[in-house]
Amino acid sequence: MKKLLVLSTALTAVSFAAQADVTVMSWGGAYTKSQVEAYHKPFTAATGINVISVDSDNPAPQIKTQVEAGNVSIDVGDVEYADAIRLCDEGMLEPIGMDVLPAGADGTPAADDFLPGAVTDCAVATIVFSTVYGYDNTKFPDAKPTTMADFFDTTKFPGKRGLRKGAKANLEMALMADGVPAADVYATLGTPEGVDRAFAKLDTIKSDVIWWEAGAQPPQLLADGEVLMSTAYNGRLFAAAVAEGKPFTTVWDGQVYEYDLFVIPKGAPNKDAAMEFVKFATSTQALADQAAWIAYGPARKSSGALVGMYNDGKTEMAPYMPTSAANLGNALASSYEFWVDHDGELNDRFNAWLASN
Amino acid sequence: MADLAANDPVLLTTSDGRPLQEALAQAQSKAKWRAFMLVAPLLAFILITFVSPIVQVLHQSVYNPKFSENMPQISAWFDQNPNGTEPDEAAYTALVADLVAAGAAKTVAVAGERVNYEMPGTRSLFTKAGREAKKLQPPFMESLTKLDENWASPELWGVMRRVSHAYTGDFYLAAVDLERSPTGSIQQVPENERVYVNLFVRTFALSAAITFMCLLIGYPVAFLLAALPMRYASLLMIMVLLPFWTSLLVRTTAWMVLLQGQGVVNSLLVWAGIIAEDQRLVMINNLMGTMIAMTHILLPFMILPLYSVMKPIPPSYVRAARSLGATSWTAFRRVYLPQTIPGIGAGGLLVFILSVGYYITPALVGGASGQLISNLIAFHVNKSNNWSLAAALATILLASILLLYWLYDKLVGIDKLKLG
Amino acid sequence: MVASSPNDAFVAFEHVQKSYDGVQLVVKDLNLAIGKGEFLTMLGPSGSGKTTCLMMLAGFETATNGEIKLDGVNINEVPPHKRGIGMVFQNYALFPHMTVGENLAFPLEVRGMGKSERDAKVKRALDMVQMGEFANRRPAQLSGGQQQRIALARALVFDPSLVLMDEPLGALDKQLREHMQYEIKRLHESLGITVVYVTHDQGEALTMSDRVAVFNDGRIQQLASPSDLYERPDNSFVAQFIGENNKLPGTIESINGDHCTVRLANGEVIDATPVNVSEKGAQTLVSIRPERVEFKTEMMPEGAHTIDAEVMEFIYMGDLFRTRLRVAGSDEFVIKSRNTMGQRMLRPGEKIKIGWAPQDARALDPM
Repeated sequence: MKKLLVLSTALTAVSFAAQADVTVMSWGGAYTKSQVEAYHKPFTAATGINVISVDSDNPAPQIKTQVEAGNVSIDVGDVEYADAIRLCDEGMLEPIGMDVLPAGADGTPAADDFLPGAVTDCAVATIVFSTVYGYDNTKFPDAKPTTMADFFDTTKFPGKRGLRKGAKANLEMALMADGVPAADVYATLGTPEGVDRAFAKLDTIKSDVIWWEAGAQPPQLLADGEVLMSTAYNGRLFAAAVAEGKPFTTVWDGQVYEYDLFVIPKGAPNKDAAMEFVKFATSTQALADQAAWIAYGPARKSSGALVGMYNDGKTEMAPYMPTSAANLGNALASSYEFWVDHDGELNDRFNAWLASN
Repeated sequence: MADLAANDPVLLTTSDGRPLQEALAQAQSKAKWRAFMLVAPLLAFILITFVSPIVQVLHQSVYNPKFSENMPQISAWFDQNPNGTEPDEAAYTALVADLVAAGAAKTVAVAGERVNYEMPGTRSLFTKAGREAKKLQPPFMESLTKLDENWASPELWGVMRRVSHAYTGDFYLAAVDLERSPTGSIQQVPENERVYVNLFVRTFALSAAITFMCLLIGYPVAFLLAALPMRYASLLMIMVLLPFWTSLLVRTTAWMVLLQGQGVVNSLLVWAGIIAEDQRLVMINNLMGTMIAMTHILLPFMILPLYSVMKPIPPSYVRAARSLGATSWTAFRRVYLPQTIPGIGAGGLLVFILSVGYYITPALVGGASGQLISNLIAFHVNKSNNWSLAAALATILLASILLLYWLYDKLVGIDKLKLG
Repeated sequence: MVASSPNDAFVAFEHVQKSYDGVQLVVKDLNLAIGKGEFLTMLGPSGSGKTTCLMMLAGFETATNGEIKLDGVNINEVPPHKRGIGMVFQNYALFPHMTVGENLAFPLEVRGMGKSERDAKVKRALDMVQMGEFANRRPAQLSGGQQQRIALARALVFDPSLVLMDEPLGALDKQLREHMQYEIKRLHESLGITVVYVTHDQGEALTMSDRVAVFNDGRIQQLASPSDLYERPDNSFVAQFIGENNKLPGTIESINGDHCTVRLANGEVIDATPVNVSEKGAQTLVSIRPERVEFKTEMMPEGAHTIDAEVMEFIYMGDLFRTRLRVAGSDEFVIKSRNTMGQRMLRPGEKIKIGWAPQDARALDPM
């Protein structure tokens, strides 16, 4: 069945595979645009290899499907940390490894240049992104929400909330809003009582939630006035606020940040070109350049010094980065160890919770 | 003559003495062969694109070799030793040998995932053991449990025994919110994990409601289509078909624009002073949004069969009933309505079956309360990658539709179905 | 039986007009009185307004102007189901989802009649049309003729005093049609009901009716008994619509009471009876029935003009001979002679003289 299901995808992919182009599957919208500007265009200019961009709500399951079916059309995929680990464990990714990665621009070897844990056996992190929440200033003439607890407080701020449809990040945020310190979140969530507590907190706002799936949705929901506040990827909120001039404010309290990583699916049609692309895209300069297009922190320390202005030439990027000190006051690093093990179970629970009335 | 032939064993022959049947078969064989060759491409197409995926879905729902293929030695041990046997050193040796091999082949996580479906939290147990197993020394029972004491858990062994068979009915159990207890008996899953039965019920109830709404709206429209003079009827027909020619996504998105809190309908109501600014109706991202959008999208599937049934009904039937003394309501109820039942059946069945499997619209406008079983099937195909569970859910859905079809055949008769 | 004035009429149309589009009248100032127990046929070509009249009487169409009365009461505003009029439709309109018995019980059921009484009436009605054994069949299982009988029985089962029939025999083959004509006639006479019958088949109209109303162009052209209609048509339309007819165009040469002479196009003069021509020099169409033309000199009526004719074609039809002649420059003149003993068979090319009694040649409007 898998073969047949992907038959259509594979057929459309034939034209891509025939040329020596690199097909990159990413998350679309402002994020993909930043990658095109910072990675794809310079890469094509340097090597002559074309880069084809494919959008997805989440590339990881598609990579898994394609590899299981033995019919891979993607050369490079952009995935979350837990997915990178899982796919690698299941033998669905080509190994990459620290040793092939170039040293930083300042000469620091890759192993020291990348942030801790940013390079695994099969994946190289490009950015640190964060799930935060934001709101439309114009809807709050008086008191404005400042904490994660405010997001869950519909008495103080009555109105609709936007949340990503899935367990990840929501459960952590619920616990933090319920008073669990960031450091204890995963220990709490590891117990049945902790899970119950998280869902109980979500219960308090369940009737007010509009669920989103694609990263581009939350800014739209905010702009349409469909929700009062919404969780979102911080880069999307930034793009809407700075690039489009929307009156959105990002609340960093209780943010959940993690890496986004490039992986090469096993059996990628243009594996060598893909490897070149990954090396190029995770170089100091490319990572620093990306920060000029979207507010995600580069995964190399050496890039940090090169991050300057947004591409409008006047916006300082540092305050918008998840990793800037001011934003890390009450922040949680997403635990891939936890999600690799509990993703299935907690999403089942989440679906059951969602479907119950 | 017929009787004569039946009683008479004499074989009929042609004028040149060949048996008649043989001659007939020969004369027709070329034509038959040509006819077969003409339909062969279509037949092949149907087999490849329709029959074989369904067969594979059925197979997938009961077949999951992720554990047995990647852990062959321990699976063999389970086969040789009956249920209830305490795992001995031989069992642990087999298990460690499998873990070493699967760890090297990077398939240990696949096996772990299969166990993880049944016993959450065990995936990393396998991946960790896959990495460490080659360093373990005999006796393995001791060294493996030292690595992680969970390896001694009887529940884990029970689960491993179960998943060591590639063929299993467990996914069907999961699809109706049941599970096997550690002792092997079948029980309901904890209340806060029950989802599928609830969703099946909601899916069927909502589909029935949508079918009813489609009938309520579609019947007068179809009647008008059948009764209006040609030039008005074709205009109306275009209006009915227009949604057919528009992308499903465009139609659904249009409903989002219309129904959302700051949307057209609410703004009109506020502007007209019917509701206050802070009383804007919630018509989307819930059951109501799904119902409105799906009723609209599926309406043509109700109207067209109804129209095709109504069109040939001459007005003289109702006139006859009226002249015989029936009021217009009685004439409709006793004479017109019964004659449109084939259309109601066809349209109803079509709309019901389509809405039972509908996916995109509920995903976009259904919010949490408007989710249907197909959204969960999509979730298991696209996100959780639990294809066997998705296949089991899909099979149950398919079976219930076949059941419905059978019921329809019993109650109304399938020969009375008129699709156009 | 025949209503002489609207006052004692059972059914009356008074100045009825009907328009569907507000531009054209399909029925123009219709006045018609039908007596109780009468069998009246509305005959005419399609589009002549006859069916519209029937539908107005049944209540399915409303009169744009004028009054329709039933038994002296204006029924313009009475809905069809309260008129109590039985109706037989062109394609029978038997309800396909009901058995024959249920079809017949339907009018009784909607009148709230009890089951036993209903069953008795249904049985009686079925027996009346010799269909007693078919109560449990579906209409689709019956032949056309059987369906026709059931439709008839259904229209009669609730004892209406007026029954309308809209081309009820149109779908039957010729033999069956003739048989059913007698059947309907028999029922009409035995039940004493009033029947208004619509057809475009003149044979049917002549066979069955007490009176026939010939419709054309939204008007009644002539309302008369079958024999009057055939033998004394009021105008050229009726003359040509009913039966076979020879027509000779000409001008009135002289006119004297009920006798006139007509000069044909080739200058010949013939005798005729003036019907709707009044003055000398007027254009006319002389109408003569083919069987009233004589060619044997010994049989020629006294004092009749004879004119020359040439035989074009001779057709042997069994009981009749049909001979086509060239008369006064036209090839379309037909005479019919009975195949009696010693009857002459004319040969093509033969030159003969033909003539007729003046009362059989009717000088009508030129159309």
